[in-house]
Amino acid sequence: MEDQDKILSEVTQREYKYGFVTDIETDIIEKGLNEDVIRLISAKKEEPEFMLNFRLEAYRKWLKMKMPNWAYLKVPPIDFQAISYYAAPKKKAQYESLDEVDPELLETFNKLGIPLEEQKHLAGVAVDAVIDSVSVKTTFKETLAEKGIIFCSFSEAVKEHPELVKKYLGQAVPVADNYFAALNSAVFSDGSFCYIPKGVRCPMELSTYFRINAANTGQFERTLIVADDDSYVSYLEGCTAPMRDENQLHAAVVEIIALDRAEVKYSTVQNWYPGDKNGKGGIYNFVTKRGVCRGVSSKISWTQVETGSAITWKYPSCILMGDNSVGEFNSVAVTNNHQQADTGSKMIHIGKNTKSTIVSKGISAGKSDNSYRGLVKILPGAKNSRNFSQCDSLLLNDTCGAHTFPYIEVGNKSSVVEHEATTSKIGEDQIFYCNQRGIDTETAIGMIVNGYAKEVLNKLPMEFAVEAQKLLQISLEGSVG
Amino acid sequence: MLSIKDLYVSIEGMEILKGINLEVKPGEIHAIMGPNGSGKSTLASVLAGKEEYEVTSGEVLFEGENLLEKAPEERAKEGLFLSFQYPVEIPGVPMVNFLKSAVNEHRKYKGEKELTAGEFLKLMREKMDMVDMHPNLTNRSVNEGFSGGEKKKNEIFQMALLEPKLAILDETDSGLDIDALKTVANGVNALRSPERSAIVVTHYQRLLDYIVPDYVHILYKGKIVKTAGKELALELEEKGYDWIKTENAN
Ligand SMILES: Nc1ncnc2c1ncn2[C@@H]1O[C@H](COP(=O)(O)OP(=O)(O)O)[C@@H](O)[C@H]1O
Ligand SMILES: [Mg+2]
Repeated sequence: MEDQDKILSEVTQREYKYGFVTDIETDIIEKGLNEDVIRLISAKKEEPEFMLNFRLEAYRKWLKMKMPNWAYLKVPPIDFQAISYYAAPKKKAQYESLDEVDPELLETFNKLGIPLEEQKHLAGVAVDAVIDSVSVKTTFKETLAEKGIIFCSFSEAVKEHPELVKKYLGQAVPVADNYFAALNSAVFSDGSFCYIPKGVRCPMELSTYFRINAANTGQFERTLIVADDDSYVSYLEGCTAPMRDENQLHAAVVEIIALDRAEVKYSTVQNWYPGDKNGKGGIYNFVTKRGVCRGVSSKISWTQVETGSAITWKYPSCILMGDNSVGEFNSVAVTNNHQQADTGSKMIHIGKNTKSTIVSKGISAGKSDNSYRGLVKILPGAKNSRNFSQCDSLLLNDTCGAHTFPYIEVGNKSSVVEHEATTSKIGEDQIFYCNQRGIDTETAIGMIVNGYAKEVLNKLPMEFAVEAQKLLQISLEGSVG
Repeated sequence: MLSIKDLYVSIEGMEILKGINLEVKPGEIHAIMGPNGSGKSTLASVLAGKEEYEVTSGEVLFEGENLLEKAPEERAKEGLFLSFQYPVEIPGVPMVNFLKSAVNEHRKYKGEKELTAGEFLKLMREKMDMVDMHPNLTNRSVNEGFSGGEKKKNEIFQMALLEPKLAILDETDSGLDIDALKTVANGVNALRSPERSAIVVTHYQRLLDYIVPDYVHILYKGKIVKTAGKELALELEEKGYDWIKTENAN
């Protein structure tokens, strides 16, 4: 298992070093951040004025803000002037065929059961025209168009549907919501936009896979999902394959708006490069994800499986404005080696009879730190509201840490909040029991951890769930011994 | 089949087994009896490869090979099965998945084709009938919420699925009513063959009415103090463990 672990870190490490040869054709602007840079970004993207104003407002507010330091994280100083804030997303394929790709990376892909075509896509191999999934994409686009569903890149949405963008951008995450959201609002390059019209049930999982250039996720990604009255959509972000990026800092924003009786399911698998065994390198992931249940009886659920990144700072939240609206947060967060994660959720109850559920399963291994941080706030007007929170921590050894920081504010007497928390260590006896039946330790840990996380994994769409299970196992390889 | 020579075992610096010698030939059933704390479970655990026990000296050969240098899962796949005195619960892991993995790991090791889900279910149903397992149990998580008796039956059920060469039953009879006891005995007897052996650790003579041993050993304070035929169990039942204790007082 030492070997496996080595392979994984080596794979990620190597790809990290060699995989991102700067493409001379990429359009990159100089490092640094000031108003001119923001104007330049907006100009290059040919944005309407409201977008520029949005960016400038965010930037001006950001300048007055400080990086948050309340999380249970040790964040090295970040030099925001050393980042280039614009690179046109037209990366060329780096390899001609899979033969040129690091065989160990391919092995990881195989372990995850990722189909060959997708492997090429992810590894940055030129995809042959004949076997390209263009036809899949076309059928996909046609089906969506028939229903009136808009699913495109954010830039495209700004051009094609400015009225929708203008109406909903910043509604869930205001420009100056927090330091990283403000930065994102000022400089974001691209992302996804999705609009489900009234009464439409999106017939398929919307996956970022199907968007061109989705593999080159930007450093400052912006996603906006709007579900109109009586609509439904399930949205999948990320992928289980190890993702690397030359950018160390990632600060994405995801906004969801659910109108009357609309339902949005948002599932994420985050597997960014976590750094090597000694804690060197790795992505810093500072994400703001928030959904607003604006309409009555609307529902937003976040399901996340977090295994990557050196630092994760992430609290997918729901603002339950509409009466009878429902918010859910289901999370599995794995940290190994020197990874640090401070993640959880906020449930803000404003409407009457609103309900929220938080299920958080932390798994820590190596020398990592894994914290759950959650806020449940029931406003005085949110009569008869309910929250149930379950926060479990599983430790794989004695060198890792698990922490729970629940904050609860209940503003009226008719509401009920329940919070349960457990911390346990993976049982040597359980592993031995599996061993005695012929199952090796690595597989046993995978089984036990998956059993522990089952409640959350069950919430993932099928195709994602199977990969996520394998991913959990792979991320913990070599972590008990 | 199994040959234990002068085995000394310690845990946390405390010597528990003090020179065990035991020879189990193919087809034989050996009963090991003895008061609580004698080291019966320790012996079973050491044979199965539990890590925290330290073998300070001695040797164990299983089918002529050094057992002690093998990983627990390898021992299992070589055909050594332990029915645990206290089977653990593994929440969230469905019995079916667990058992299918176990069976297929054994098959892979033997170079046999892995069973498909359908084939496995068929095999499972067959064995389930044999040990009178309630079908509902296999839909649950491993041992989770099983009663004491159900856990023990589940051990025998797994034994039936894995068909070991050497089965070690650690007090599988404790806490069972007479019907369950018979079921357990039937499970063991069904596996009986000239090639297979079993070590039956028990506290009571009762089980040995149904699983008739070739030898009975009495383990006391980490040593085998008496070995005889099946009549020894009856004698022990009659005279009680005090008999052993006074005989071995020093
Ligand atoms: N994990 C352990 N840690 C410390 N002492 C142990 C452990 N396992 C067994 N022992 C001790 O070893 C002795 C033998 O125990 P055991 O093998 O369980 O006996 P038996 O199964 O015959 O009742 C007892 O004194 C017991 O307390
Ligand atoms: Mg015992």
